[in-house]
Amino acid sequence: MSASGGAGAQGASERERASVAPAVDTNGGPRVAVFKMASCDGCQLQILDAEEALLELAGAIRIVNFAEASSHMEPGPYDVTLVEGSISTPEQEEQIRQIRRDTRFLITIGACATSGGIQALRNATGRHEEFIRAVYPTPAYVASLEDSHPIADYVDVDLELTGCPIDRGELLHAISSLLRGAAPRISTSPVCVECKRRGYVCVVVARGEPCLGPVTRTGCGALCPGWGRGCYGCFGPAQASNNTGALARRFAELGLPPKQAAARFRFITGWAPAFREAAEELEETAP
Amino acid sequence: MTHRSVEVPVIARVEGEGALHIRVEDHTITDLRLEIYEPPRFFEAFLRGRRFAQVPDIVPRICGICPVAYQMSAIHGLERLFGVEVPEGTHELRRLFYCGEWIESHVLHVFLLAAPDFLALPNAIEMAKTHPELVKTALGIKRIGNDLMAVIGGREIHPVSPRVGGFSKAPHRRDLEPFLPRLAWALERMPGIADFCASLPSPSLPRPAEMVSMVSEDEYPMNVGAMASTSGRRFDATTYEGVTREVHVEHSNALHSVMADTGAPYLTGPLARVNLNAQHLTPVAREVAERTGLSVPESDPFLSLAARLVETTLAIEEAIRLIEAYAPPDPPSVPVEPRAGRATWTTEAPRGTLYHRYDVGEDGTIVEAKIVPPTSQNLRHMEEDLRAFLPGVLDSSDEDLTRLCEMVVRNYDPCISCATHFLRLDLERA
Repeated sequence: MSASGGAGAQGASERERASVAPAVDTNGGPRVAVFKMASCDGCQLQILDAEEALLELAGAIRIVNFAEASSHMEPGPYDVTLVEGSISTPEQEEQIRQIRRDTRFLITIGACATSGGIQALRNATGRHEEFIRAVYPTPAYVASLEDSHPIADYVDVDLELTGCPIDRGELLHAISSLLRGAAPRISTSPVCVECKRRGYVCVVVARGEPCLGPVTRTGCGALCPGWGRGCYGCFGPAQASNNTGALARRFAELGLPPKQAAARFRFITGWAPAFREAAEELEETAP
Repeated sequence: MTHRSVEVPVIARVEGEGALHIRVEDHTITDLRLEIYEPPRFFEAFLRGRRFAQVPDIVPRICGICPVAYQMSAIHGLERLFGVEVPEGTHELRRLFYCGEWIESHVLHVFLLAAPDFLALPNAIEMAKTHPELVKTALGIKRIGNDLMAVIGGREIHPVSPRVGGFSKAPHRRDLEPFLPRLAWALERMPGIADFCASLPSPSLPRPAEMVSMVSEDEYPMNVGAMASTSGRRFDATTYEGVTREVHVEHSNALHSVMADTGAPYLTGPLARVNLNAQHLTPVAREVAERTGLSVPESDPFLSLAARLVETTLAIEEAIRLIEAYAPPDPPSVPVEPRAGRATWTTEAPRGTLYHRYDVGEDGTIVEAKIVPPTSQNLRHMEEDLRAFLPGVLDSSDEDLTRLCEMVVRNYDPCISCATHFLRLDLERA
């Protein structure tokens, strides 16, 4: 996904921010912060899991606020901020606006931050109250927004890294590009292209298994087909030729009822516009 | 009466977001609340109406640190309900997969989250400057855990291969054999790491606790076993919800668990497992227990760190044994025919027992789901630990008191993302 491809953004998607020379502070390295909204911590863990690379980067950047990793937390301004998670409570709406004011280059990481995440399955269902009651015996204790929102619904985002979780390689590439003053180049092609590059046998053609590979951005290296199963869309919609309608027809030919086909699109990144619309169309045709 | 009010913005190095409120009047704690404000994500609600086959792709998203636990509790439960006979070798591969997660999660906690406390350092990056070799070794061991998860699951965070009926693909022997020298290297280092941890000055909190864990006649429990407690309770997944009960408190988006009959809190996790399964400890794990001064029975939560090292060692030894004997399940998975009914299962996540229940319709659709993560089971116990621990340290400076409170909470390696993550301490002294 390009820097300007704000999935779910309300008008923020047209902004060209990544082409702006990124923030590089020569005095001790750029100040980097990591924040979390509603999420599973998996994308932050990708940062912690970058162990050796992290220690190396620690020489080039200053991680000045990363609650999961350090009890030393400095206030802004920050040169680069990474945000994991979706906006899901009234407090987070305020918090993300403050983070944007404090930040020169804002990178959102993961499916939650870029498309609302799996918790966006509650969106537009009209069932938020019912969901609270299904989980919590005393609903009045729970403060939660009706919908789970991607960050770009609230503030300008300079770069979106999709994936559930994000790919470590893409993250390290983005940060090292910024250190060099270059705009990060993140692949926008679908999983299908990666499968062909790697010479994988097509799971749809060979086994008749439903696969979201034709419409999902790769970044995973065609992980699921490589592991003998269909892609389930965790990197969100690919940018170009996002022909979800044709894929939906293929699902029908494979014998998948419309409701089940819709449930494939309405999944980890189901609130991303291309997948949401595909699901809605399928649901309309469902008996 | 002296009045003092302290506000510490963030307690760090736990997974998820929460805050701690303490009010002290004349050396008496008048209010203590571990507030969990990690926003709810409603997994149990949107599991409803999903097909069973999507469950192993949904539930790991509850937690990026222990996705294997979520997949395993769900898959085992559904397989039992459907009467699935998994291919030979599946149990062993799942156990190896779980060993990877225990190594990854425990080493992450001990070195990246907890150890800096004992050295009064803010984080592992600073610790890497004062203890470079140790941090490098720890990261190397953690990497083995991550790589094991990835070689079996496709990736370590939200693995893709586990499914109801087996794995979508099983690794070849040649994929696993390169782990043997790495695991042998890690195992050699564990006693030295244990000596280092034993040398760290640690607070203690000796108090009785009912500890709960899975137990098994055959092995140290991970995927399969019944339930037991140190007070002599015996139960299993089918009766879990009767023996324990969840309560909703106003200050928390996470539910608290208590024993249904007494209303008393209990403790689950590495310390509970070591207490209830000491007979299954592997040789080097036993040695690590001795070196860290952990001998059962032991209920001091500050020895949880030692218990994690013991279990890391056990997971390394088990991984070696499992890889040496490995033959890939063939086929890697079997087809599954759903049937209606109730699926329940427990497995031992790194932080403790993880219970899942699914009520399933005839066509394999999830009608209702219930997930009880280890951290919500431990929350009440954490609050009680703080109540027991605080009176002895109330004269400390605000800075030390904050650090000590964080350490009490961090003993449980709480995963607040699971339980519904930074902690904020508000301390009022009046």
